[in-house]
Amino acid sequence: MSRMEEPLYNGSEPRLSVSTRNACKLCAPLGASIAFRGIENCIPLVHGSQGCSTYIRRYVISHFKEPVDIASSNFSESSAIFGGGENLKKALDNLVRQYGPEVIGIATTCLSETIGDDVGLYVDEYRRSARPGAAPVIVHASTPSYRGTHMEGYHEAVRAVVKAMAEKGSCNGTVNIIPGFLSPEDLRHLKEVCSDFGVVSTMLPDYSETLDGESWDRYQKLSAGGTPVDAIRKMGSAVGTIQLGRTCEGTGSAAAWLDEHFGVPPLITGIPIGIRETDRFFAVLSSLSPLKTKTPGKYEKERGRLVDAYIDGHKYVFGKRAVLYGEADFVVAMASFLDEIGVVPVFCATGAHPGGFRSAVLSVLENGGENVLALEDGDFVGILEACEELKPDIVIGSSKGYFLSRRLGIPLVRAGFPIHDRIGGQRILHVCYRGTQQLFDRVVNTLIEAGQNASPVGYSYI
Amino acid sequence: MIEILDERKSQIYEKGSQTFELSCDKASLAGSVSQRACVFCGSRVVLYPIADAVHLVHGPIGCAAYTWDIRGSLSSGPELHRLSFSTDLRETEVIYGGEEKLYASLTELIDTYRPKAAFVYATCIVGLIGDDVQSVCARVEKEQGIPVVPVHSEGFRGTKKDGYRAACEALFRLMGNEDGGSVGPFGINILGDFNLAGETWIIKEYYRQMGVDVVSCMTGDGRVDEIRRSYRASLNVVQCSGSMTHLARMMEQAYGIPFKRVSYFGIEDTAEALYMVARHFDDPGVIDRTEELVRSEVNRIYPAIREYRTALEGKKAGIYVGGSFKAFSLVKALRHLGIATVIVGSQTGNREDYEYLREICAEGTIIVDDTNPLELSQFMMEKNVDLLIGGVKERPIAYKMGIGFCDHNHERKLALAGFEGMLNFCREVYSSVMSPVWKFSPARHRQAQLGRACDEQDGRAAV
Repeated sequence: MSRMEEPLYNGSEPRLSVSTRNACKLCAPLGASIAFRGIENCIPLVHGSQGCSTYIRRYVISHFKEPVDIASSNFSESSAIFGGGENLKKALDNLVRQYGPEVIGIATTCLSETIGDDVGLYVDEYRRSARPGAAPVIVHASTPSYRGTHMEGYHEAVRAVVKAMAEKGSCNGTVNIIPGFLSPEDLRHLKEVCSDFGVVSTMLPDYSETLDGESWDRYQKLSAGGTPVDAIRKMGSAVGTIQLGRTCEGTGSAAAWLDEHFGVPPLITGIPIGIRETDRFFAVLSSLSPLKTKTPGKYEKERGRLVDAYIDGHKYVFGKRAVLYGEADFVVAMASFLDEIGVVPVFCATGAHPGGFRSAVLSVLENGGENVLALEDGDFVGILEACEELKPDIVIGSSKGYFLSRRLGIPLVRAGFPIHDRIGGQRILHVCYRGTQQLFDRVVNTLIEAGQNASPVGYSYI
Repeated sequence: MIEILDERKSQIYEKGSQTFELSCDKASLAGSVSQRACVFCGSRVVLYPIADAVHLVHGPIGCAAYTWDIRGSLSSGPELHRLSFSTDLRETEVIYGGEEKLYASLTELIDTYRPKAAFVYATCIVGLIGDDVQSVCARVEKEQGIPVVPVHSEGFRGTKKDGYRAACEALFRLMGNEDGGSVGPFGINILGDFNLAGETWIIKEYYRQMGVDVVSCMTGDGRVDEIRRSYRASLNVVQCSGSMTHLARMMEQAYGIPFKRVSYFGIEDTAEALYMVARHFDDPGVIDRTEELVRSEVNRIYPAIREYRTALEGKKAGIYVGGSFKAFSLVKALRHLGIATVIVGSQTGNREDYEYLREICAEGTIIVDDTNPLELSQFMMEKNVDLLIGGVKERPIAYKMGIGFCDHNHERKLALAGFEGMLNFCREVYSSVMSPVWKFSPARHRQAQLGRACDEQDGRAAV
């Protein structure tokens, strides 16, 4: 246990290993690209080598099982020496001609950032040279992959979009929602919830349709759906911005930017997984709804059934030990949920290093955090090693934990991103009472199944 | 309808009366959503299957994260290749240099995993920040006593093909100074097979039956010592020639080993590959055994293929793959199923390849280099295909439009090489094309309506 007895690791403390072995994170341009695909008629443009966009596409397509077009400015050796301006402008031009987008979202890469490309200047030059009115909105997010993870890329892109497009107007009663990196099913449910609360919401990004659409009758250059540009413009006039995620507080977020520039108050609350976090989210929604609407009956019933299920299943989960990994906000939310059903999240890991991860985890644990380790800047080999020592009963996170689950014989509940070894990752519902219900059933049944399979009897009743 | 970008027009050709002009071998057009990756990708895919080496990606995290366990390359022993190692460079290293972290990472990984060699992939920014990867590798090589090979795979320094070259050079560097084990008179190296879903094992079994020794396979189920010994073979048999011909040429020059280009996809090409090797050794025993092998294998699989053909006859297919040599085989393999190829393209084909494709394809076939999703979807609609053969990034394009799909890329989990692979291929095509689910596809309905409208119009015109 020597390694585990050391103080909890935090961003500034040394990593377990020098190199990263099986990363538990992705690079910033991926997060930015996902966020851009959540805007109506927007095409992401990765400013760097061809591989950056292709690898990101491949990774994302393997999860969403949807066409995901992400363009590249396709650096050559000469662009690396003389700058990528010409390539960027050419890329913008070709995208306008072929896709006719309303928005182009540029995400930079380690390459373009390291050579010091002045993307803002190139974009200005491009705009000046374009026919008046012909250029789409061009948004530029600075996302070198040596800074932060895909989550920083996501938030940087959302902030850049708001910064480029939001306008001040008189308060229009709408509510902005920055949901964090959730599944399309989650986004659809959040919209349903808002609407049931009588809240007119602008969700940014909204890839609930673009990354999980229907079968088509004709080819769509850019899959339909996404936050409309008009709605983004009006985000400066909202009554508030709900930003989901307990670690994304701070000056760099879109919510903070809207507050600073337009006085739209930010409301930061955790991703609503579990009863406690959903109650908090619903309270926030209620406070922002025009009629201060109480939780609608439909959700009261869902909550009631969830409590009923918690009770039905409590003995199968109590005292069980779980290992969690993934994006910081996601892990914090899952830890909160597990804590409230009596599962100890013995090891909570994220590949990100936001700094406040450990305190965010501790803040949601009501049943004591003394047995909980929180690791920032972790990787999957580190998580595997932790599992070898901690011998958890269950592992919860993306499909990237499958190798350790298989090796150690610990069951895995797939949640979050990416799910590369199953279909339907985009349709996993995690949030609110309904999503929690599904997660709870899966967690309980996974534990029951593990016991059943290991039993020499194989009881046919629980 | 989409507008084909002017710069792209020269890379698209429809077989017909016009003279054949197709430009290729050029960098992808900025803003065109190319299906290609980069130099790093080329190197990574070639070296990836070497299972007893540490593969360390030197750069920020993306490149390593996206290539973790990416291929279906199997190993009969160690599985180090399925781990993803990165120096995970951060802002401070970008400013002050990453050599120290590279050194520490290499040392730590070699101490932990005791590999037979280490490959260090330089990614985009490594050259820019001035890291001397070469000298760090040399130092660790000396300290650890194993080959530590730098791979110059900065993403922007060309195309995927340049990455293949860098990988070939890395492999070449490993060769020599190894004399363990004897090599028989009929010793060959298999180049350019990556043991996807165990394909190398299928091919090796054929050679075993023929009495031909496989000295090494580069790089399927690859081992460092085998690669070091490979210079003692007397023939290089090169599949996936786009990636490995460079290595074959280097070995020819340095060790006098001749090479032959083959493909193990489809009946004719597999048979021809085996015969070619047998003819090279010109040994009656080998030739007899090869004939016997081909005969019995073809007899074994042919009846099943005929049954599939009955169901699939008259269907139309599009092919878009990485290397064009594979496309040749696929056109022929589909023909056995009665399926006509009406679109064929590749990411990295050269002029000769496309010329050959033009020869073997029917009038009206679209031949395309380095296409993108918009073009591909348009071609598929125009030609009304029932099947697309491609990789992960092409799959959703086909599915969204209600078109069957067969994965022939490096992620496949189904062996498609050899005679057995041909049978798997037929089953795969059959199970997608004949699925009842397409009946629900809106795009299929629309295509059918358009078809009916055209028929009616033709009918009226005839009246």
